[in-house]
Amino acid sequence: MTHKHPVLELDAVGFRYPARDDGDVLTGVSLRFHAGTLVCMVGPNGAGKSTLLRIAAGILAPLAGRATLDGTPVHDLPRRELARALAYVPQEFSPAFPFRVAELVLMGRYPHRGFGRFESADDLALAQRAMEDADVWPLRERRFDTLSGGERRRVLLAQAFCQATPLLLLDEPTAALDPAHAIAVLTTLRKDSAARGTTTVVVTHDLNLAARFADRVVVLASGRAVADGPAREVLPGAAARAAFGVGMHAGALPSGLPFVVPE
Amino acid sequence: MIRLSRTRMVVGLAVCVVLCAVAILVAPFVGKPWIDPWRALGQDGVEARILALRLPRAVAAAIAGAGLATAGTTLQALVRNPLADPYTLGIAGGASLGAVLTIQVGLAVVAPLAAFIGAAAAAALVYRFARVGRSLPPATLLLAGVTVSLMCSAFIMVIQAFADWTESYKMARWFMGGLDATTFDKVLPSACAMPLGLGLMFAVARDLNALSANEDTAASVGVSVLRATSLAYGGAAIAIAAAVALAGPVGFVGLLVPHVLRALLGPDHRLLLPASAFAGGAFVVACDVLARTLVYPRALPVGVITALMGGPFFLILLVRSRRGTGVWG
Repeated sequence: MTHKHPVLELDAVGFRYPARDDGDVLTGVSLRFHAGTLVCMVGPNGAGKSTLLRIAAGILAPLAGRATLDGTPVHDLPRRELARALAYVPQEFSPAFPFRVAELVLMGRYPHRGFGRFESADDLALAQRAMEDADVWPLRERRFDTLSGGERRRVLLAQAFCQATPLLLLDEPTAALDPAHAIAVLTTLRKDSAARGTTTVVVTHDLNLAARFADRVVVLASGRAVADGPAREVLPGAAARAAFGVGMHAGALPSGLPFVVPE
Repeated sequence: MIRLSRTRMVVGLAVCVVLCAVAILVAPFVGKPWIDPWRALGQDGVEARILALRLPRAVAAAIAGAGLATAGTTLQALVRNPLADPYTLGIAGGASLGAVLTIQVGLAVVAPLAAFIGAAAAAALVYRFARVGRSLPPATLLLAGVTVSLMCSAFIMVIQAFADWTESYKMARWFMGGLDATTFDKVLPSACAMPLGLGLMFAVARDLNALSANEDTAASVGVSVLRATSLAYGGAAIAIAAAVALAGPVGFVGLLVPHVLRALLGPDHRLLLPASAFAGGAFVVACDVLARTLVYPRALPVGVITALMGGPFFLILLVRSRRGTGVWG
């Protein structure tokens, strides 16, 4: 990966969990994520959004098709090399031991430092900025297991920010966040995409956030990408209606702020 | 900002190293008879010969303690459960089965070797059943470990049912764990295997930090999950096998030492693992001194002391955590 802005591509990705008898989770999903864009992935529960994200992160290997980073299948890349290009934030996270917030955030520097190296001044500065961006700097000395759900989500985001990768894959980063923090997080992601050319893929159920911040919205339903485009076109469309089982009305406030309401 | 700095690492580790060194050097002088260092050193009398008997015993205790404590710390991180120890994962059970088998067939001399092989076989069996694709999930590791452990116990009971009095007594003594009649010859094989086991665990110390958080997060920050878990598990298996072959199934070290150190030093395995090795060594050396002095002229098995010393201490920690002060301080 010599490119500063690697291109993540999913090509006819198919997947099923071998131990389960629930058929294909994903069928022929092809998507391309360009540098500097923020893409929101939406869809009903069980549509395969998280599975797709884990395949893109190289954690699961697709059973059909390929997930590639600049043409190399992500699953074949050495983990550490991949970790310098791509950060993934899972939905759930519960450390078995009482790590402090700063310790967890600094783990984001692991792929950039050799084993046995202590964190440098640069690492600490990056970690501080990451924590400020995710608004967890005041929590830095707190034990992770004493934080609220929303605070934990923000710590995970700080860890991903601290990893400073050109690609960010986030699984429901705003799920437990209050509106102010949800908007703040997406504003940061948005700014990052514009300033550093970061490619950001966000799985979310918050269609209003998607409408307001995403360059592109992908609708996933029953393991297929059924719609892909700007939020104002995709969300009120027929494919989204079929996917969610309810139509969406998309509009804009006089200030220009877009909104989406189920009909 | 809270982090593992060089100063914290050096200070924390230095304290544990000094503790362990002092324990090994002082232990041979303690006991009945007490030995006056100024008279014994540099001469060739009875006292020097007593020292020569006690020193290998202290070294053996340190090696066994280092292996059990470090393996306990590693296994707790691997299964993300603070209750894991060398016994819950079946490795020590395999060692006991190997030892009991050789005692039954009248080959008690090779019991340590059989214990080592039994531990390795049990570890391999657990690994084989616990592994799912490219990962070693905590739940399957724990279940496979407990299952193998119970199966080993069942086989041991079968063998014991057929054993005569002398053999039964030898088996019972073996289970209690002990370091009687230890010579440097007997220590040597475990002393050679232990650095390999410890080294494998130390090599993945940083990966264990990320793994004890979450497997996917570990992968995301660049950890090859299967490689790291396999190295950690393999290292723990070698360390436990070497420790149990040397000292028998000494309990509680692998549970107590990791918890106390985590409370004192924090959860970062880059410091926690080497600290466990030295503190675990110091702890077992001290327990062994008590084992051979408390009820002199008789000697207690060292496993009894570790459990009787460790048990109440651990319960105090639990009570503290219930009051909200936290097991981890």
